[in-house]
Amino acid sequence: MRIEAIGCEPLQLRRVHLENSRALDVYRNNGGYAAIKKVLDGMSPDDVINEVKKSALRGRGGAGFPTGMKWSFVPKDSPKPKYVVCNADESEPGTFKDRYLMERDPHMLIEGMLIAAYALGAKTNYIYTRGEYKYLIDIMDVAIEEARAAGLLGDRILNSDFSCEIYTHTGAGAYICGEETALLSSLEGLRGHPRMKPPFPAVSGLYACPTVVNNVETLTAVPDIINMGGEAYQKLGTEKSGGTKLWSVSGHVNKPGVYELPMGYDDMEKFIMEDCGGMLDGKQLKAVIPGGSSVYIMRADQIIGKDVRMDYEGLVAAGSSVGSGGFIVMDETVDVFESTKNLTEFYKHESCGWCTPCREGTDWLVKVFKRIDSGAGRIEDAQLLLDLCDNIEGKSFCPLGDAAAWPIQSAIKRFPEDFKKRLLNGNE
Amino acid sequence: MSTQIVNIQPLSQPVDLGVEPATFSPEVEKEIDQHLAKYPVPRSAILPLMFIVQRERGYLDPPGVLYLANRLKLRVTDIWEVATFYSMIQMSPIGKYHIQICRTLSCKIRGAGKITEYCSQKLGIKPGQTTEDGRFTLSEVECLGSCGTAPMFQINFDYHEELTPEKIDQILDGLP
Repeated sequence: MRIEAIGCEPLQLRRVHLENSRALDVYRNNGGYAAIKKVLDGMSPDDVINEVKKSALRGRGGAGFPTGMKWSFVPKDSPKPKYVVCNADESEPGTFKDRYLMERDPHMLIEGMLIAAYALGAKTNYIYTRGEYKYLIDIMDVAIEEARAAGLLGDRILNSDFSCEIYTHTGAGAYICGEETALLSSLEGLRGHPRMKPPFPAVSGLYACPTVVNNVETLTAVPDIINMGGEAYQKLGTEKSGGTKLWSVSGHVNKPGVYELPMGYDDMEKFIMEDCGGMLDGKQLKAVIPGGSSVYIMRADQIIGKDVRMDYEGLVAAGSSVGSGGFIVMDETVDVFESTKNLTEFYKHESCGWCTPCREGTDWLVKVFKRIDSGAGRIEDAQLLLDLCDNIEGKSFCPLGDAAAWPIQSAIKRFPEDFKKRLLNGNE
Repeated sequence: MSTQIVNIQPLSQPVDLGVEPATFSPEVEKEIDQHLAKYPVPRSAILPLMFIVQRERGYLDPPGVLYLANRLKLRVTDIWEVATFYSMIQMSPIGKYHIQICRTLSCKIRGAGKITEYCSQKLGIKPGQTTEDGRFTLSEVECLGSCGTAPMFQINFDYHEELTPEKIDQILDGLP
């Protein structure tokens, strides 16, 4: 599998191919822990937050919320302890970038968390990793011990007044725990149910204390923002989408892998056909889900010859979104009815059961898909599916409901022929 | 450290599981203490501790549940409530090797179905079943974050990627 940067110097990926890249001395010999030193040597917490604001870094977990703004919501005068929680629950289908960041460069995550903790005044911080990634928890534990032994974690870090601890925590198989409030419920030892917002975690998060939850890729961008300055980082990308982004490429391409692209990379077609080695076995491109399973599916003719720009604004203009950057490429052999049924089964399995629209809605969606699949489809079923989606979208407690509806709505609209074929059962 | 977690009062009539709580070696107890030390609230350690009980006892059995309730000062029903939410927590015995085949889209379009079929045939069990000798349990699971190296399965905690029938033979036949 390929891991490399295209169209820019590797930034987040610049150490991943070094020998023994997860070791502390390799990290330090290649620019590591310079940013936390710079911060402790004379930046105030507000300076740090301002640099992150200037960087135009947006949350890489899927929602794309501006990171600096999220940090600035934490009340400075709160007497309660504050927490930084790293969301390493990576479970959006098609997404696997965080896995390689933690596997190959765990100290980059520790440094990013240290800087975030300094900016927000957090003393205790957790990395919430999905249970299946146990080997990554082991890798992070080793790196944390290395950092502690070197005076980079614990009391009076690098002989400053700043003290901070980072602990790993394990999930146990629940997609919903990638949603930040469900993650916090789970970290408190409860079922992973999402919570009402507001209050937002920045005000009342873990143990009802001010908390920032950031994705792995978001936090690992922070050391570079401090090193090069927020403005320089932003200029690697576009005005509103700063920096670089990791794309997890899977499906029918010759070279699947993790690719780092500058935000605003200007041609999705070239990315698929050249950078990712083109279509597997020379087949025709049929569809792309560019941002993890929850985003709108795109037709080949929305991509070919359309110069689709790969950043937040560019993908919205092209009819989808960046999401988590889980880029699933599908060739002409894929039946979009089948692929949508597969994802709907995923959402039904992962619905946490907390709210009725999502719990019952995803169950009914799967029942209808299965009936159609068994040959008992009716032409009005397309409308039935859309009606069910309409009863979930915007009406569920958390975004999982929307995420279940969007793939179906976009698939029926953009691939009506694949649905029609099933609904007519061959009776034209 | 301040918290606003409400202390949970014990039930007036606690659930009687009719078993004694599990006991663990001093090494395991130490490991459990280390997990508890990470959190201001003991309950936060519930998932890491469940994995330890599972590792030591094969699954989260009634003595294990009672042990966790005592150790975390929770009710038995609190332990059940959490255990039944998470797909990786096993409440009944499973095989020594749990083969978890990813069935979600990226793996599906790169041949996950054939991998399931091959494993089923080789082991003589369907997904959801365990071999008679208790060696293998076969499951289909949702996305494991291995989409670029599809198709794949996870055996217990180990990832096996870019699977082919030959590779599956090698992996399964090579297990101790």
